[in-house]
This record gives sequence, C-alpha cells and structure tokens, in this order.
Amino acid sequence: MTERERIAKKKLRERSILNRTIRAFFDARDFIEIEAPILVPSPGLELHLDAFAVEDRYLITSPEYQMKRLLGGGMTRIYSLGKVFRRKEAGAQHNPEFTMLEWYRAGADWTAIADDTEALVWQCARTLDAPRAGRCALEPPWLRLAVGEECERWGRVRVYGDEDVATLRARVAAAGWRVPADGDWSDVFFGFFLDAVEPHLGQDEPVIAYDWPAPLCALARPKPSDARVVERFEVYAAGLELCNAFGELVDVAEQRRRLESDRAERHRRGLPEYPIDEKFLAGLATMPDSAGIALGVDRLAMLLLGAQDIRDVIAFADDEL
Amino acid sequence: MPSTIDATELKTGQKLLMDGQPYTVIERQFVKPGKGAAFTRTKMKNLLTGRNVENNFRSGEKIELADIEEKGMSFLYKEGEDFVFMDQQSYEQITIVKDLIGDDWKWLKDNMVVFVLFWNGRAIGVTLPNFVELRVITSEPGVKGDTSGGAQKPATLETGATINVPLFINEQDLLRIDTRTGEYCERVKG
Repeated sequence: MTERERIAKKKLRERSILNRTIRAFFDARDFIEIEAPILVPSPGLELHLDAFAVEDRYLITSPEYQMKRLLGGGMTRIYSLGKVFRRKEAGAQHNPEFTMLEWYRAGADWTAIADDTEALVWQCARTLDAPRAGRCALEPPWLRLAVGEECERWGRVRVYGDEDVATLRARVAAAGWRVPADGDWSDVFFGFFLDAVEPHLGQDEPVIAYDWPAPLCALARPKPSDARVVERFEVYAAGLELCNAFGELVDVAEQRRRLESDRAERHRRGLPEYPIDEKFLAGLATMPDSAGIALGVDRLAMLLLGAQDIRDVIAFADDEL
Repeated sequence: MPSTIDATELKTGQKLLMDGQPYTVIERQFVKPGKGAAFTRTKMKNLLTGRNVENNFRSGEKIELADIEEKGMSFLYKEGEDFVFMDQQSYEQITIVKDLIGDDWKWLKDNMVVFVLFWNGRAIGVTLPNFVELRVITSEPGVKGDTSGGAQKPATLETGATINVPLFINEQDLLRIDTRTGEYCERVKG
C-alpha cells in the first residue's frame, strides 16, 4: 500500500469536524478549555493502567488529577481535549496514544453529565450526518439502566456490590458462566460482564449503565442512598464502550485510603509503583461536590463514522509510525 | 514448545486446551473495560466436535497449549472399513477409523495427500484438499438437446461415490470436485 492509499482510507476530515464540534458545544455552554499537563509526577495508581515513564515523570493516563485541582481552586465548568497514554493497549478499539475528552461541572451530580453526554453525542452525530450507528439510533434520551439489574437480566447473576469475591465467584459459576482460576473481585466481575452482559448493551440505542458495584469504585463517591454502589456511569453504544463518568469522590481520607490500597496491591502484584500525588489529595479538601467524565474521542469517531478499527479514524496508529 | 502461554500471547491458529478439550483460535481481539483488566476475546473451534465457542481470557491468565501436530499423509488403501495412510516424512503407516473420515471417503483415492491432525499422538481429524480430480467410471449418456436447462444426471466415480453431473459428461471424463460441498465444479482436460 502506498502512503497515498493508506491515508485515503482514513477519515481525517470528519475527525477534524468532530474536534471543532466538540469545542463549539462546550464553548456554547460557557465551559473553559484547559490545556492539561502531559508530563506529571504521578500517573494515577489504578491497577489496570500502565503508564509510560519519562525520566522522573510519567505521561498522563488521564488529566483528572489536575482537572480536579482546578475545581478545588474555584473553577466550575472546565474541559480538556487532548492526548493520554496507556502502555500495552493496542487492538481494534485501542491505541497506546489516544484522544481523551474530559469535562467537569462543580455543584452538579452525574445526571447532569449524562445529559451533557447525550446532547454532545447527538450534536456531533447531526453535524456528521450520522443519526444512527448501524442499527443503534443515537437521538436522546438514551436508556438509563442500573448495572446490577442488567447482570441479573442477561446473566442471571445477582450482583449487589457488598458480596465478597468468593460469593460472587460462586454465583457466576452457578449461573453457568466460566470463572477464572484466580483473580480479584474486579476480574471475576468483568470476565462475567464481558461474556454475559456487555454484548447486549447499546445495540438498538445507547445505554447509560449506572450504579456500579462499590468494588469498582475507582474515583467515584458512594451513592448516598445505597453504599453498596457508587455514582458512576458508562455509555455503551453499538459495541463500543464510550466513556466513564463519576460523581466525584471529594472525601480526602477515603481517597487516601483507596490510593494506599492500590499502592499496596501494585506492590503485591509486582506492578510498577507510582507515587501518591499529594497535591491532588490536598486539592480535594476544597473541591465542591462535582461530577466529571472521560470520553474516548477516537471511539466517538468510530461510532459516528462507522469505523470498525481505530486506525481508520487516526492519522498514524502505533504500528504505522 | 512451552506448555502454557499468557492470554496476551494468543494468536489466530493457535491450538489450546480448555476443559480438557483441544481448540483452535479462529479470531482474537484485545478488549479492556475502562476500569478493569485487559482480556483477549476469542472465537475458537473445538477440534473434536467442530463446534465454535467464544471465550474471554484475562491478561495474565495462563492458557495450556494443546499438543497438536498436523502431518501430510498419503492414502494407501482401505482395510475393512478403515483407512490406511502413510506419513510422507517417516513412511510410517497408520490406520484411521471410518468415523474420522466420515463422508470424505467419497473423495479419497490412492496416493491422495491429506492433512491428518494429531492430538497427543492420536489422530483426531482429516482434512482433504479443497478440490480433487476424479474420473467418471459409469454414467448413462445424457439425452441429446437437453443441455440448456442445467439438467443433471448421476455419475459414479472411481472411488465408488455417486454425484450429480451435467448431461454432457461422459464416462472416463476427469472431473474437478469441491470436497467441502461435495459438488461438481468442472470437467478437466486429460
């Protein structure tokens, strides 16, 4: 394939229109665009994210720490559209370097972010003349479904969020799904979820899956009315996982406990150990109740442009460099 | 050959063991929930039953490889209801029971080279070439003038199998046959 043929396959003009549409959407809602730092002292401690190290710094896996510090510093509506970097992620829906859109609202809960997401995707869809992605109709409102109910509906497994890993494993096995020989709560859950539930979500219309089990809390706060789940949602549409949103955890002590726990688990598993970002923790102390989201822009482009492979919506995939 | 691999190393065409049965990987895809571990989503074919299954292997999960070997072997002769083949490398002869051959006996002629799949040294499958050339032994002459409508007649081949062929086919003609569908493709010169 010549370079001309390689590039002709890519939807770069549409991609450029998409970026412009995203910025126009947030500008019209009085958001401020932030150029988040790319090189940071701590890339976050999540067990399943592996960061690139550059001398004594890391490339960000998400700009969330610095975005939250801005909320703690008094900003109320901010967004960032830029590159993030995750080692060992490559495939039809993954590239180690990809474009992340994050936006945050101070004084709002996750439903405001869900409303934004519906409106944003629909505006982008209309601009690109793509009201449907295959048979998935993108016009809002979308289905909003609780994760636990979908697990029961599609997999016949009850997941409340307060069961231990042995109980979860027994329930998954009893329903006839394969359980891995080892693995923690998250591993058992996702093995089951990927087999049984995810293939059903977002086929005819996008699904906002909310109320995630507490062991999958990440940086989300517990739901005030039911501590077994956290304020978190993901959107599934036409086989793609599009974004991940939180009612943000602003409890400094609880956040420190989670980071220490992740650090200990990283050590136990022999994973790279990253420092805890103390300035991020300090910023949480003055951060108001907020909600925020990270949305994969390459995935959004795939959804709206009918691309089966991420390389069709980026100029240079990792193995084209 | 290592006996186990990590799920991230899975490749299309690889043979592995799951629940004690051998599978071959047909498709693989990297999947990763935003907040979970990476998985390799696979579509696999059970080499004993031929059934397709889907499975997700978590990165870090150890997968046992199946001891599968494929050998080119030439067909020698029938022995009772079973079939005797010879390894093209070692000239060793083995007998394969009729159940493994199934309906493929129809296309087996002397010295034809097939691929035999072995699992732990035991033959578990036989793959014929996609196309074979076989000679017609007996076939009634077609009725003249009736060649336009795609009408067919039966013909018996040198292997003893009977298939449907166009009316213009004569005895001693050499035919090209698709072994996957068991259908006549074309007449071959010679």
